[in-house]
This record gives sequence, C-alpha cells and structure tokens, in this order.
Amino acid sequence: MRRRNNIFKGVDWLLVGFYLFFIFLGWLSIYAATYTEDQTFVFNLATKYGKQIFFILLSSVLIIFILAIDRKFYERYSGIFYLLSLLSLIGLFIFGKSINGATSWYHFGSFSFQPSEFAKAATALALANYLSERGMDLKKLPTQLRTFAIILLPALLITLQPDPGSALVYIFLIFVLYRFGLPLYYLVIGFVAIILFIVTLYYGYIITLIIAFTLITAFLIYLYYKNKLVFRRNWMKFIVIYIFSGLFIFSVDYVFNSVFEQRHRDRFDILLGKKTDMQGIGYNTAQSVITIGSGGVIGKGYLQGDRTQGDFVPEQETDYIFSTIGEEWGFLGTAFVVLMFVGFLIRLLYVADRQKLMFSKVYAYSVVVIFFFHFLVNVGMVIGLLPTIGIPLPFFSYGGSSLWGFTLLLFIMIRLDADRIYDW
Amino acid sequence: MPRKSLLYFLIIIVGTIFLVRLFYIQVFASQYRQSPLNNSAVTEKYVYPNRGYIYDRNGKLIVTNQASYDVMIIPKDVEPLDTLEFCGLLNISKQEFLKQYHKTKNYSPRIPSVFLAQVSKEDYAYLQEKLYKYKGFYIQKRNMRKYPLNTSSNVLGYLSEVNERILLKNPYYNLGELIGYQGVEKQYENVLRGKKGVRFIQKNRFNKEIGAYKNGIYDTLPKPGNDIYLTLDIELQQYVEALMSHKRGGVVAIEPSSGEILTLVSTPSYNPNMLVGRKRSKNSLTLFNDTIKKPMLNRGLQAQYPPGSPFKLVNALIGLQENVITPDNTFYCYHGYRYGSRKMACHCGIVGSPINLNLGIYRSCNSYFSNVYRRIIEKYDSPSEGMDVWSDHVKSFGLGNFLGYDLPSGQKGLVPDSKLYKRMYPNGGWRAVTTISNAIGQGEVLTTPIQLANMTAAIANRGFYFIPHILKSIKDSTSFVSKYRDPMYTTIDKQHFEPVIEGMFDVFEKGTARMSKVDGIEICGKTGTSENSKRINGEKVQFTDHSIFVAFAPKDDPKIAIAVFVENGYWGSRWAAPIASLMIEKYLTGQIKRDWLEKRIMEGSLEEEYSNQLQIESYVAKKE
Repeated sequence: MRRRNNIFKGVDWLLVGFYLFFIFLGWLSIYAATYTEDQTFVFNLATKYGKQIFFILLSSVLIIFILAIDRKFYERYSGIFYLLSLLSLIGLFIFGKSINGATSWYHFGSFSFQPSEFAKAATALALANYLSERGMDLKKLPTQLRTFAIILLPALLITLQPDPGSALVYIFLIFVLYRFGLPLYYLVIGFVAIILFIVTLYYGYIITLIIAFTLITAFLIYLYYKNKLVFRRNWMKFIVIYIFSGLFIFSVDYVFNSVFEQRHRDRFDILLGKKTDMQGIGYNTAQSVITIGSGGVIGKGYLQGDRTQGDFVPEQETDYIFSTIGEEWGFLGTAFVVLMFVGFLIRLLYVADRQKLMFSKVYAYSVVVIFFFHFLVNVGMVIGLLPTIGIPLPFFSYGGSSLWGFTLLLFIMIRLDADRIYDW
Repeated sequence: MPRKSLLYFLIIIVGTIFLVRLFYIQVFASQYRQSPLNNSAVTEKYVYPNRGYIYDRNGKLIVTNQASYDVMIIPKDVEPLDTLEFCGLLNISKQEFLKQYHKTKNYSPRIPSVFLAQVSKEDYAYLQEKLYKYKGFYIQKRNMRKYPLNTSSNVLGYLSEVNERILLKNPYYNLGELIGYQGVEKQYENVLRGKKGVRFIQKNRFNKEIGAYKNGIYDTLPKPGNDIYLTLDIELQQYVEALMSHKRGGVVAIEPSSGEILTLVSTPSYNPNMLVGRKRSKNSLTLFNDTIKKPMLNRGLQAQYPPGSPFKLVNALIGLQENVITPDNTFYCYHGYRYGSRKMACHCGIVGSPINLNLGIYRSCNSYFSNVYRRIIEKYDSPSEGMDVWSDHVKSFGLGNFLGYDLPSGQKGLVPDSKLYKRMYPNGGWRAVTTISNAIGQGEVLTTPIQLANMTAAIANRGFYFIPHILKSIKDSTSFVSKYRDPMYTTIDKQHFEPVIEGMFDVFEKGTARMSKVDGIEICGKTGTSENSKRINGEKVQFTDHSIFVAFAPKDDPKIAIAVFVENGYWGSRWAAPIASLMIEKYLTGQIKRDWLEKRIMEGSLEEEYSNQLQIESYVAKKE
C-alpha cells in the first residue's frame, strides 16, 4: 500500500461541501437566535455565536487529524475507542454534572463535554469491526446477540443518565444490521411493537388486547381453512405470539404508567392529541410550530424574525434551531434545508454503497443511519410531528460536543472512503 | 425490495413528509400566520378608563373613584433580582412573592398581570424611585372606588379582582383587573366599566420600547364608563339605616307609580370602604365568614320570611274576586277559629260580635280570614282545584317568583299550590283546613321584603304593579328597559281594592297601628307578626316572632309603598309599624315631628334578643 502524501487525496468533496454549507448556515442561525444589541463583535467567547466559531475552528483541527491518520488505525483501535467511550459514560455517574435532570456532562472550567456524542462514533466503529470479522453471519443467533450487545450497552448507560432520547439512536442501528443480513422479521417485529405501543397508549390495553387477539385469531382461522398442513406445523408458534403480544401490551401499559416519569407521559399524550397544553410541556413545540408558520413562504428576512428575537422558543439555538430558519427564511428556506439534508443523506448512502471493505461499509452505513435518525427526530419534533425528544440537528445546533461528535463521525467515513482506490 | 433500497426509500419518504408538513404550516394553514398585533415585538398596554360614578335619584353622589397603583409584572422580562430587598420594598413575604410570580407566569409569561394590587399613594411615591432596577415590573395607575356616604353597601356591591373562573368566561378581562361583584356594580358592570383602551408599543429586537406601533393606528382610546342614576333616595336610605341600627331585617320602599326602588336596606351591613384597597381580602374574609350577623346577605332581596298578617290583604282580595264574600259579610270569632278538634288562636279580642271585612283587617282577626280562605278553597269541587285558583291569584301579585328586578341576587319565596301539597301528603287527605295557616300568612307561604313591598305597591295602585328596579337612568342616554314601563296586572278587579284599602286606612285610624299615626298624612298599612322557628338537631325551637309591617301613603295618590321586616321584633306594631310611619313622614314631608318616636326606634336595640337566641341555640345543640 502506498503512503498518501496529500491528506486531502481521495476526499469526497461533495460531502465536504455539504458539511461546510451546513456549518455556515448553522452558524448564521445560531447568530440570529442568540445575538443581542450590545454585542456586535462576532468573535466573542462570551456569546454563544462566538463560542460556536471557536468550536468550528477546533473541529477543522480535528478534521486534519482525522484525515492524516492511517485508515488501519481506526479499524485496529476501534475496540479501544469503544471501551474508552463506555468508561467515559460510566464515569459520568461519578464525575458527571447534571443539566436539566440528566447527568450527561463533564465540566472542565467553562467548557463542558458530553461523552454520549462521541460514543456514537465509537459504537459505529466497534460494530463495523465486529461485523467485518470473518464468519460473522447475522442470520445466526450468537452473532445477533453479540451485535445487539455492542449496540445496547452504550444505549443502556445513556438511558440510565437518564437521557432516553439520545439512547434511541442506537435502536435505530437495527437498520444497519438489516442491511447486512439481519432477518426481516426483526424489523417487522420492531414495527409491530411500535404500532402496538401507540395503539395501547391511545386506546388503553384492554381494547388493544382485543384488537390484537382478534386479528391473530382471524389469521389463524383463515390459515386453518386455507392450508391445514401449515396450520398443523405452526400452531405452536401462534401460542407464543399470543403470549408475547399480550405480555408486550401489558408491559407497555405498565412501563408507561409506572416507569415513565410524568414529563415523558406528557410528551406522548400531547403528541397523540390526548392532551392540549399550550402553556406547560406542549409550549416548546407549539411555539416552535407557530414560529415556523409565521415565516410564511419567503420568511421575515435574516435577523428580522421577531419571535426568534423575542425568545419565544426555548432552547432555540440548540434543539429548536430549525425554527429560526423557518421564521426568517420561510418555506423557501426550510424546503431548501430539508432537500439539502435529503441530498446529503443520499450522497452518504451512495458513498457507503461504494465501499469495498466490510469494515468501511458497515461503518458508513452506521453513519448514514445516525445522521438520518437525527434529521428525522429533530426536524420531526420541531415541526410538531414527533414527541419532544431532545437531540440536536447535526451541524446546525449550537454546542461543541455535538459538533465534534458529528464531525468525527462524518470525517472518519470520508477518511475511510478516501482510501477506497487503494483497496482492490 | 432489496435490502440496499430500504434506506433510500425511507430517506425520500421522510423528506417528502417533512416538505408536505412544512408546506402546510408555512403556506397553507393560515392560523400560524400572525396578525401584526400578535407580533412579539409589539406589546400591549392597557389604559383604564374612569369607572362611572353612581348617583341617587336626586343627583346626590354615592360612589366615586380614587387613584390606586398596581405593581404589574411581565414574567418573561423578569431578571434575577434581590428578592429580599424587593419583598421589603413591597412589604410582602418571600412565599407570597414566589406564589404570585408562579401564578402570573403560569397565566402567561408575556401578558402583563397584576403582581401586587392597589398600593397606597405613599408606597407608590417610594416605589416609583426604586422600581426601575427590577426588570419586568412597572407601576400602573388605576382607579378604585370610594364611598363618600358610607351607606347601602349591600345594594351597591363591590369591586374585586377577576378570578380564573371569570377569565375563562369573559375574554375582556385580564388576571387581577377589577370587576363588580354583587349589587349594582355587578348588574351594571358593562355600563360602569366603560372600555379599556389599548396602546400598542413597538419594541426593537432587544425588547426596548421605541414608540407607538405604526404611529398608533391600532391604538384605541379608553371609553370612560357611564355614570348612572339609581332610583334610591339616598337620604331616605340613610335614615332607614339609622332607624334599623341594632336590629336585623330588611326594609324595601317602592314608588308605586313607577316601580322605582326608593329604599333597599338590609341590616346589619358593613362599611363599603372596607372592601376597597389592599385590606379588602382580609376584610372580605371576616365579612363572609360572619355566619351569625351575615352582613353580606341582602335581606331585602334574599331573606325569606313568612309574611304573616299582611298576607291577609291578598286573601281578602281573592275572596272578593272569587265572590265568596262581600265587604259586608260577617263572621264570628271566639278567641280563635275552630276546625275539627283543633283551634287557631286569635288575639283580635272581638268576642261574639259580627266581624266584617273592615274590622277584620284593622283588628287583624285570624278567624275572619280563616273563614274567607276556607270559602275560597271550598268553592271548587276539589281542594286541589281551589288551591290552584288561589295560588294563581297570589302569584299575580309577584309573589313566589323572582320579580325580575335589576339586581343580581334574590330568592323566589314560596307560594304553595296543589302540587306542593300532593307531595307533602302523598296519600291525599288534605283539605282547606289542613292548609288553614295560609289564611294568615303562616304555613308554607314565604316572601322576601321586596316581594311584600311590591305586593303593597300593587294594592296601592289598585290592581297593578311595575317591576321594581334600581336603575333610574344612564347619563347621556335616553334608552330604557321596556319591561320596567309595562304595568303588570293582578287577577283582581279594580273595584275590590277600595274596601280593603279602607281597612288598611283604619289600621292607622283605630286599628293595630294607631300608635304610629302621622297627623296630616293618610297612611294605609297592615301589621304582621310572623311566627318563626329553627330546626336544631331535629328539634323545633320557637323564637320570638318577626315584626312586620306593610304600608303605603298617601291613600289616594300613593307615593311610597313599604315593607318592613324586623327579625324577632315581636308585634308588628312594636318596631315595623313605627319605622314605616317614620319613613313615610320623612319621605313625604321631609321632616320628623315625632322626635320621641324617632329616638325610641333609633336607640332601641334587639342585640340582647339575638344573643339570647344564640344561647338557646347552643343550649339545644349541646343537649344532644
């Protein structure tokens, strides 16, 4: 293998272009959401937009390092990264700092650091490393169980912080596993579980049980008359299905009413339309939707969004940054950003698909899924389609940890991709 | 679908859903597009108009305004502050501070709410200098009520802060604004309050006010409240209050020719100035919690008493109308009226000689009216038929139902009918004699003082009344409510009134109220002494009778019709009749010649009677 003497050689410039564009637009939005009258100097570390510039500069240093390091390094040390990130998550329970009820942060002077943002990249590397080993077959139960463990260990630690929103992204990695051979029924079971979950919350467990059992029984009767042989071979499985769906419905009810805290319940209730509350918990989403709506087709103009300036939307520079774009740039702006993200994700997929090495491919797919998840959940929340789950919009939301976490994720992928021409 | 395609597919689906949703909220659905007035960079400030003054019928000022200062809060603008100093400044505790802060914040973080209401003028001067330090707080000037005459609190009502329940019902108000509670203030809230003005103030992006929004084209000027004139004669009102001192009861006087309420007194009452300013909440608690004197109860409208003997007048009129008696028919009385083995006692003292209508009225003979009542009921085939005919006649005097006057509180009273007795005697068997107490205004009948005054007015008018009302006019307005101008006719023909009125006239000339006769004024009246009892622990305890009197004067051109109830005053002639006669003398001649009587009534007290009653009550209650 030849040594690269130019660290930018083979870099996918289209992805870098998307990255720079998102960073730039993100900073403009953070500026709009946080600037005040008496602070005019842009590079001012006392302000959030000033800090964000600092974070951006640091991430360019990070990019150089990532691109300069040999590809093999990521593969070889992925296990170490994974262990380190697990340790940093465990360390939170001892040294962590609570913000908004979740112990998710380390504090160093005036800067804080959120290890869960880096654990995503580490988990993706570990997953890629494990699945690229010889003889791994996701159709076999031991492989399945081990990959599940790799994914669920950090998820569990993050859930315990408790920050269940950030942990959800790991569940989403099931799409990566599916891509690499996990049987379809895992997805189907997951999908059915989500449907049962929602129906149970909406109609209560009694009605859901009746509906579910009626459907299963109907199918069973249909099977009995249609194909007695298949029926005779499979009727045991149906008993298992009865038991498991019943248990699941009961446990959803139990978890929702006894394990969830009131704020979690409120989020679901508001989204399902069971509760309307413009002042309390529903306030954020309601304000965010109104703010976006008020932008109209062409928006109010940059820095002219009075709802942004009036601090109507809480957390606007972090989780709700998309509402700033909606207000100041209107439908043209939001549609453009959504299309750009779709383009970015498709480009990522395209790049993932062209990887020849299993390690690079699995890693790239994980990156796609993680970005897709963040885009889906964050924008879905801000425009009022999904419950309030506090996760950032990649490259847009204010914050050093999330910016570096996403930069790390993306540029390791770009680095791996840059070597594809040598990997015949 | 190949495994490769699933994510492409999902990404495009999600992107499409997002675009559709964004198109919906940003382009299609208009409810998210704000009106310019709903713009966050524009704040509203309210300008409060002067609340209308209240005058009496002669233009004497009863209720006026004085300046007060509210500390206002805009919760989202509040910055961390030195709570200790701030609480010291406002003279409140930290708990109160936090409670108020969270309450206003929950109501709305953006809309200004009253943080501390009605700061005194002295505190205001001090606060004005210091308050600039505290962001999100400012002082708003507002008017509060002032009662120069210290009278008629039960009629006038009072102002209090809008509560959450009213907020939900009426979007005009904001938290902490003042609204009329009870009485005239409540009834004519919309007339008196005017309309508050709004100023829209443009703020720049940094929340600083930079002047009127769009040069004030959306601003509205406050529309001052209208002054109103009440039908009350405040001099008479105050005079009656003085006469009723140390006595509990209700007095109502009505001008028969118009239905205007001249006097509406309920005692004991309270000083209306007690419910103004910051001491209001504390005072209102004591007033509302006083379950013995019940100062917040308007006895003139809300207290239901058995009417007693004045009700005999109605029975006489019904008897004449139903043709079961003529004025010359006579009955006999032997210390009472016997029916079956029972007897209703009578104190008229005319034993063995014939009693006609005139004598029956002015000596208030129970036997006479028991005979009349029995003839009315028994004229018809069944007691229930007779009862309903009788009941309809009684109701035509405005008894047994809300009269329709323009005050927000009241009671229906009770006029029995066959339905009631069928419920009371489910197995039947009730007859005229079973309900004989109705003949003399005891039994089931209940009336409020205003109903009785109205009944007297109907007799004074010889057959009709105008619905009593308290509003004479609204300043600069000629509109009137037609229902107060249309006569309400009773079911009794005009010619039947004269003999009854003659009897009422003789009550003063030679009857039960001859001691209260006023020289030179022809007064017609009727005394009443109504039995009353309370059930305590299921035991019926009899208390001293209520002293009742109804009267109107002058006889041929009635100017005033009165009902007086004095709780536990015993004979009607002891308290109620002198009070009514003094009122008439005062109202018609403007002066009192009978100083000795005035003095006796004003100084006479029933407090001892009331405290005895309390002792009896607690004794009986303890006995259990």
